[in-house]
Amino acid sequence: MRSPIQHSTFNIEHSTFRFVLPLITSAIILAIWAIAVKLSGTKIFPSPAAVAKAIASLSEKSLLWRYIGDSLARVFAGYLAAIAVGIPIGFLMGWHAPLARAINPLIQMLRPISPLAWMPVAVIWFGVSNAAPIFLIFLASLFPIIVAAMNGVRNVPPMYLQAGRNFGLSTRQLMIRVVAPAVLPRIIVGLRLAFGIAWVVLVAAEMIAVDSGLGYLIIDARNAGKRYDLVVAGMLMIGVIGLLLDTGIRRVEEWIGKN
Amino acid sequence: MKVQFADVSMRFGAMEVLQHVTIGVEEGEFLCIVGPSGCGKSTLLNIAGGFLAPVAGSVTIDGETVTAPDRRRIFVFQERGVFPWLTVEGNIGFGLFDMPEEARRQRVAQYIQLVGLDGFEKAYPRELSGGMKQRVEVARALAVNPDVLFLDEPFGALDSITRLQMRSELLRIWRAERKTVLFVTHDIEESVQLADRVVVMSARPGRIRRVVDIDIAHPRDLSSTRYIELRDLIFGEIGLAHQV
Amino acid sequence: MTESSATLRRNVSRSRLLPLTGIFVALAAWQITVSMRPSLIPGPIVVGRAIGELAVRGLLVKYVVASLFRVTWGYLAALAIAIPFGLALGMITLGEMAINPILQVLRPISPLAWIPIAILWFGVGDVSAIFLIFLASFLPLTVATMNAVHNIDPVHLAAARNFGVPLRARVADVLVPAILPQLIVAMRIALGVAWLVVVAAEMIAVNSGLGFLIVDARNAGDRYDLVIAGMVLIGAIGVVLDLLMRRLERLDSVRWGYAAE
Repeated sequence: MRSPIQHSTFNIEHSTFRFVLPLITSAIILAIWAIAVKLSGTKIFPSPAAVAKAIASLSEKSLLWRYIGDSLARVFAGYLAAIAVGIPIGFLMGWHAPLARAINPLIQMLRPISPLAWMPVAVIWFGVSNAAPIFLIFLASLFPIIVAAMNGVRNVPPMYLQAGRNFGLSTRQLMIRVVAPAVLPRIIVGLRLAFGIAWVVLVAAEMIAVDSGLGYLIIDARNAGKRYDLVVAGMLMIGVIGLLLDTGIRRVEEWIGKN
Repeated sequence: MKVQFADVSMRFGAMEVLQHVTIGVEEGEFLCIVGPSGCGKSTLLNIAGGFLAPVAGSVTIDGETVTAPDRRRIFVFQERGVFPWLTVEGNIGFGLFDMPEEARRQRVAQYIQLVGLDGFEKAYPRELSGGMKQRVEVARALAVNPDVLFLDEPFGALDSITRLQMRSELLRIWRAERKTVLFVTHDIEESVQLADRVVVMSARPGRIRRVVDIDIAHPRDLSSTRYIELRDLIFGEIGLAHQV
Repeated sequence: MTESSATLRRNVSRSRLLPLTGIFVALAAWQITVSMRPSLIPGPIVVGRAIGELAVRGLLVKYVVASLFRVTWGYLAALAIAIPFGLALGMITLGEMAINPILQVLRPISPLAWIPIAILWFGVGDVSAIFLIFLASFLPLTVATMNAVHNIDPVHLAAARNFGVPLRARVADVLVPAILPQLIVAMRIALGVAWLVVVAAEMIAVNSGLGFLIVDARNAGDRYDLVIAGMVLIGAIGVVLDLLMRRLERLDSVRWGYAAE
């Protein structure tokens, strides 16, 4: 294990390792995957090459970009709606402890209910349309956002508020000039996690009768023709795009942290 | 010589932190190392403890070259070194894992008493004050009967009143056990109050500027002429003014 | 602010009933909306009766137990593998550098996306569902364990080396207790995810359980009262599980790890 005072002479090697090692592991995994598929003689489970081909063919048919675009659109719609609703609620709850105590149990009860369980309700309210999956994504993101906003406000150091009042700020000004900036770095982490949840729920959301999207691709590819190459292709794209989005938000986090 | 630093030099990347540090420490001696921030005094201690390897020179303890941490020479960190998931008893007994149950219990009780924490055996660190946690750490270190104790600014996180009390406590405990002690501090007064000898380090890269013998008997009177003389000597050595 | 209104405010906020008002208000709003705009969605009273019906038919217990059973197996399997794996990754830097990026790519993939593969490998049934739950819990637990190891105060590890504690004991007596607070939080969250996923997993592949209830009630006869009843039960049990896990956070050997309340 590492010694306490770590002044690494590793630095250069570190960044090379960081890049090369995962590539090596990935190559090994791909190799094992390809060999396993060959050896087992399966007709259904795709080899890495088959998956790559599937992605290429989707891209040729320009379905790839349409699916990705539709999925992104749904996620962002639901997620942004959750921000619009969740942050004010969370703020209020953070500011007024009794309000938090009143509403919190309700939130705790609604949170464990999987978006899929809300599906019948969503269909009744929104019919079979784009609005239903967006609603599910909205629901899934809402609760973590409320909690993040609430905790962010609660954890604003009281001395900031005291200083604000000392300088004669009204409550409204206090909110805008002290609470909002103080809360932002803390909330951003919660927002990133909530986005991760929204992205994961996408697949569940798209199991309602939509006709495009990465989640749809996975479910439909299996149902319509056991096209497991498309299934795995869809999974990989979900994974990679999700990671890219998460990294993007992390960059925003860091940038905000510096300012 | 119990501990011998032989021409120790240290570098972090391109930055020279220590240069040609040579000094011997007698058995049972209380040695303080003072210096401005960044002079490498903590690094020196870590090298002696075996947590860092010098780029040149070596440290020998009882003739043996130091290459790795060892239970014969225990480091006392600031009170955060105490394990928060163990009680006071658990912490003090931590190093005694190859002792039979009964002997361990007696040892632990002995040291709880020595550091003045009777009644707090089952308390968790989060229930203790900074000074008390520091005592737990000292007791933990002493319980394994090490040859040498390294203390790296152990009282740094305590308020000044507690610090004064802890210094007396430490001296009392030290006199009971007479271990060899290497004590790093940036507080000049502290060094004059505690040490037999004070090693004054220069700013980075750290070199020994001067070694001052503190020839005042314990208990040391903080208003005595000799105390003030020696203190001012070190102030001057480091280049500090006498007025605020 | 007058004396009495200040006292009133204080009493309101300390009242035990306060936490329930949110739920009461929601229930009332629900009932009112349903009465005003009748739709397929039933009101709370009808749902309550549906729960009673389930209890009488002996299905309540049967379904709850079935769901819990699947969660337990998948979750425990995940614990057994993810924690040692996460420990190893946390301790061996090279290992982490090699494997972490792959974990990060797998993490955004919903467990539900694995359904086709689960069915392919394990067929339709309990094993598939348990596999999905395992997957859902495994990745977050591994990552959380790994991060917890990184967040250990290096001073503790240094002290353990100093006292000459052998490696095995260092892991068992220092590393694990040090990460326990963070680990328990991660375990609680992972259990929440597992419970969420079990319901979804059951909608696909089995013939008992709360998830199954929701799908079956709708398909077999548009019994929306049972659908909502299922949702309410899912929510309630989810809360109970969460509260039970939070109890673990109050253990003495773990409490130290949480900021003062």
